[in-house]
Amino acid sequence: MNDAHRPFSEPTPLARFIAGTIILAYAIITILPLLWIGLTAFKSQSDAVAYPPKLFFTPTLEGFVDLFTVQTHQTHDFIAKLPPPTTWYEKMARDNEMVIAGPSRVVERFTNSILIGFGSTFFATFLGTLAAYGFSRFRVPLKDDLLFFILSTRMMPPIAVAVPIYMMYRTIGLYDTRFGIILLYTAVNVSLAVWLLKGFIDEIPREYEEAALIDGYTRLQAFRKVVLPQAVTGIAATAIFCLIFSWNEYAFDLLLSNAEAQTMPPFIPFIIGEGGQNWPAVAAGTTLFLIPIVIFTITLRKHLLRGITFGAVRK
Amino acid sequence: MTTAPAHSKNTQIPPTLRVGARGLSDKAIAWIFIAPTMVLLLAINIFPLIWAVRLSFTSYMANLPRPLSFVGIDNYVDILTDEDVWDHFQTTAHFVISTIVLQVLIGLGLALLINHKFKGHSFWTTVILLPMMLSPAVVGNFWTLLFQPQIGPFNYFISFFTGLAPSSFTMIGSVDLAPWTIVMVNTWMWTPYVMLICLAGLRSIPDYIYEAAEVDRASSWRQFWSITLPMVMPFLMLAVLFQAIQSFEMFDMVSLLTSGGPGSTTELVSITLKRSAFEKWDTGYASALAVILFVTAFGAANIYVKVLNKVKQS
Repeated sequence: MNDAHRPFSEPTPLARFIAGTIILAYAIITILPLLWIGLTAFKSQSDAVAYPPKLFFTPTLEGFVDLFTVQTHQTHDFIAKLPPPTTWYEKMARDNEMVIAGPSRVVERFTNSILIGFGSTFFATFLGTLAAYGFSRFRVPLKDDLLFFILSTRMMPPIAVAVPIYMMYRTIGLYDTRFGIILLYTAVNVSLAVWLLKGFIDEIPREYEEAALIDGYTRLQAFRKVVLPQAVTGIAATAIFCLIFSWNEYAFDLLLSNAEAQTMPPFIPFIIGEGGQNWPAVAAGTTLFLIPIVIFTITLRKHLLRGITFGAVRK
Repeated sequence: MTTAPAHSKNTQIPPTLRVGARGLSDKAIAWIFIAPTMVLLLAINIFPLIWAVRLSFTSYMANLPRPLSFVGIDNYVDILTDEDVWDHFQTTAHFVISTIVLQVLIGLGLALLINHKFKGHSFWTTVILLPMMLSPAVVGNFWTLLFQPQIGPFNYFISFFTGLAPSSFTMIGSVDLAPWTIVMVNTWMWTPYVMLICLAGLRSIPDYIYEAAEVDRASSWRQFWSITLPMVMPFLMLAVLFQAIQSFEMFDMVSLLTSGGPGSTTELVSITLKRSAFEKWDTGYASALAVILFVTAFGAANIYVKVLNKVKQS
């Protein structure tokens, strides 16, 4: 909206200043909890549980080392007898009278998050693009009912369908497999993908395809060579929305995986050190987990509104 | 599969183009493209749902290898006569209604302010949008750190503004505060959603309407009530629909923040459902509760959409 078009109700500089101040204050309230987690990731364990909470402290990577390794507590004498530490993180652990016993499971969980996230995003976007093209360009019987059906699958409470899916997966051997989780996330995401992509494809003028058909292309060729290149932005935006869902999902993965297919969200809360929750390690895991989402949110800014309303609001 | 390309009735291409279309018929393509999605949704969504309905009439327990024994509507009777379940529904209603009221007031307010286009508004808008993109489970988890009465910063933040002693209250452990704590975190997380949709509504109002109102010397208060609010209303109602479903089905954030406690003061229905299904393994009962939840959500959403369409028309 161009301000020049609004000569009558143009906000006064004072109104603008007040509005800006309130928004700034709200933005700070929004960002403070996230910053605190980011800070905690760089605290030592004792700084993290200091009373009162510390705003200024000497930053350390202990939280990250704890996150990625399994450590055992050893006596001072035992540590003194060991050969000197060869890496900076081993030295860091030994300064706290700990010995690194091996890598933690966090790498597997991150790998799972990435594999399951990208796998389900690929399938959902692939199926979604085909179905959206079908709905956008052809006269399909009961089109509106089918589209509403697709949307309504998303309205099911995840916990409600988790019970029978759990039983089904256990019967057919998909329980606690990456493929099982990928299949499930694909099914959840495909409804969003169809709705978003139908909106994007509807916006591509039909004339382009019609011209291609006159030139002797088949429908499939026209779809591949004319429609897909035009829909690339839409497909990318849709894919990122699917990826965000899969990345963030907790309930299904908690209930349908155990070890093999566990992703980060059910794992992070249970990063426990000796003597209770290891807050710096939890914060370090949370920070690493949230950074991709922050980047995605910034990339998606233009399409955010569409994505969160299933394409109902397009600006 | 037919290969007759040209004469299918299910095509919207003008007749002159049909001659040019070769390869698979449009009808065949439409079905090949749509079928996989439908098959997947039927297998992963509809089939389990039907199974759940069937299980809801049995006393099956998923951890015991016993054949199904049908008990009729016993599970439904048990649920609907259980006062605890009604309590959990009330807790859920309190949660849904409070968050929606707060989200609408704050979200609409923020949208109106951002619409003033002050310097840097686009950067700050993105900052405000961040929470809604995060994982609710991870959000619930890190707020437990922030709410720790002694080591967490939240109590100090409050005491800085109110003068209350920081260790004099606990947000998660207190029966009085906990129901509001989950409302607060949910509001923190999802207000940007309402704000973003309201902003789209505000930007859809053509300027000439305001210009005409200025010519008629309508006060800005009057303009808000008779132009801004009615025109934003369909957008706002859409946001409320999505958020109502979202909070009604809320599980992950609250489960990690309070896990329903203290006592059962924040036990939302979805937490009850998870407990009966995966802790008590009372599969038949849980399935019945799941069916009730689904029917409630679906029924309410359908009624709401009808109202929404009426508002849009007027």
